[in-house]
Amino acid sequence: MTHEPSAGEPSAGEPSAGEPRARMRNRWVLVLLLVPLVATLIPAFYNFTAPSIGGMPFFYWWQLLWVGGVAACTAIVYLATRRAR
Amino acid sequence: MIPAFNSLEFGVVIAMFAIVTGLGFVATRWRRGTTLASLEEWGLGGRKFGTAVTWFLLGGDLYTAYTFVAVPALLFGAGAVGFFAVPYTIAVFPLVMFAAARMWSVCHENGYVTAADFVRGRHGSSLLALLVAITGIVATLPYIALQLTGIKAVIEVMGIGGDWPLWIAFIVLAAYTFTSGLRAPALIAFVKDILIYVMVLVAVVYIPYKLGGYDVVFHRASSALHSEGLSTLLSSSQYLGYSTLALGSALALFLYPHAVTGVLASRSRDVVKKNMSLLPAYSLMLGFIALLGYMALAAHVKPVGGTAAAPDGNTIVPVLFNTEFPHWFAAIAFGAITIGALVPAAIMAIAAANTFARDIYKPYFRPNASDREEGMVSQIVSVALKLGAVGVIVGLKLTFALEFQLIGGVVVIQILPSVVLGLYTRWYHRWALIGGWVAGMGLSVYMLYVTPGKTTSHFGSASFALSTWGFNTTATIWTGIVGVVANLVVATALTPLLARLPRGRPNDAAPAIAAST
Repeated sequence: MTHEPSAGEPSAGEPSAGEPRARMRNRWVLVLLLVPLVATLIPAFYNFTAPSIGGMPFFYWWQLLWVGGVAACTAIVYLATRRAR
Repeated sequence: MIPAFNSLEFGVVIAMFAIVTGLGFVATRWRRGTTLASLEEWGLGGRKFGTAVTWFLLGGDLYTAYTFVAVPALLFGAGAVGFFAVPYTIAVFPLVMFAAARMWSVCHENGYVTAADFVRGRHGSSLLALLVAITGIVATLPYIALQLTGIKAVIEVMGIGGDWPLWIAFIVLAAYTFTSGLRAPALIAFVKDILIYVMVLVAVVYIPYKLGGYDVVFHRASSALHSEGLSTLLSSSQYLGYSTLALGSALALFLYPHAVTGVLASRSRDVVKKNMSLLPAYSLMLGFIALLGYMALAAHVKPVGGTAAAPDGNTIVPVLFNTEFPHWFAAIAFGAITIGALVPAAIMAIAAANTFARDIYKPYFRPNASDREEGMVSQIVSVALKLGAVGVIVGLKLTFALEFQLIGGVVVIQILPSVVLGLYTRWYHRWALIGGWVAGMGLSVYMLYVTPGKTTSHFGSASFALSTWGFNTTATIWTGIVGVVANLVVATALTPLLARLPRGRPNDAAPAIAAST
């Protein structure tokens, strides 16, 4: 395993060799990246009018809500996999 | 119907354009390196943009003026399907987060400027790099031309005849991009995005308030759509098309040269990763902008421009602003749309020009070209691309560019195996990847060819009807997904077969791959 100073990052998301313990610790966090995909890419889950909020059908506010959801998920993954300094 | 010319609106838009032009020229001196005469400095802004600049640059780059007029126009004309832009711009960030950061590291280590550079280094194949370069350029050109539709829509609504404003706008843009490079759109993106955020916030509160609330908006939009046989919900036969369009567009987005340029111009991989959680703010704005389409339906907006039989649907947002707001506010919105077209057009032209200079001109015409010559070629090509874009829009029909943009994502996604697999493994054989590209591109173009449109019999849509292949369904699937699956299957199947042939000699630094996430 070669580490050059600028790109060495013992963290999650690395499929090949590395420092196993450091990598495994954060790997569960990557599941968070799947959650927004499942929530928004399968329209059968949300293609309804009710319940509506303030006149906006479920179909629309559910997807808009997940914009916040994806920002939160990616932010958590970013913080959890950030290079230790 | 030709709207009345309004001198206040015209004056405000001209003033905004003048301010932005000034910024564009001033940008030459912004965080300047020792020289601008190289691709690193001119085409990537010296690779030193921090979190905020990258956020504005990528935001201004990916969420274009065309998006702001075309997405609401799609909801206006087609109903719920148009909202695919929201899951698309949600899915893209978790999908590309790690790949983009990794791409940044490898390219930073090796001095790569484009995706084709990366592919040449990683797979040791000039032919594959050439295919990647050509694919990127072909997908980007109509996209540049399409940015003009935003400006054109504004011009039509302001009651100005002729194409001369398009020429002036793009000649001025070409001039300051030539001198300042990527720094110009980066600086202008600040102005553009702040204007658009303000405009959208006001619009999505004030217009529904004026119309009687969101329930009135959705109710009226729903009845207007029903009279056309459409709906504010999807039909179950649209599920597959909606999902694959959103997923495929998300996978394709960061393969475009202008997106790669935005990523590579940032200062560190940390900046890239952090931005993947900050950029969704733009998706929220896009979602509300999309709903302007329903507000236009509820306000009984009639599109203008185009021909009497087929008015220009892209004009509905400018018309909506013109009817619902005082002229001074509508004018600021028009200015924002105009500036919003200039930023991505500049970045796209720079990215395509970099690709040409680095991956076509240098290896095939002038192998000994200096950094200075390479930079100069890119500068000249970026000007030619912008003028070419205006020529296409003015000389040919607009629908020509629209049809091409439709297939842009289908085309560009075919470089996914070479780029993304290359980030994670060296297992794939270079000729297998070339075979996969040929198969994927061939199948996609064939599928597009047999898809009729409303007025054409070929290249009508990127949504492929599964009934064409004898499936007993009315469902459609996004063509690019089918193409890229074929691409991956062929590349994977050919690799073991070709394993006995000599492999490409990778000439990039291996540690960057081994150690980067």
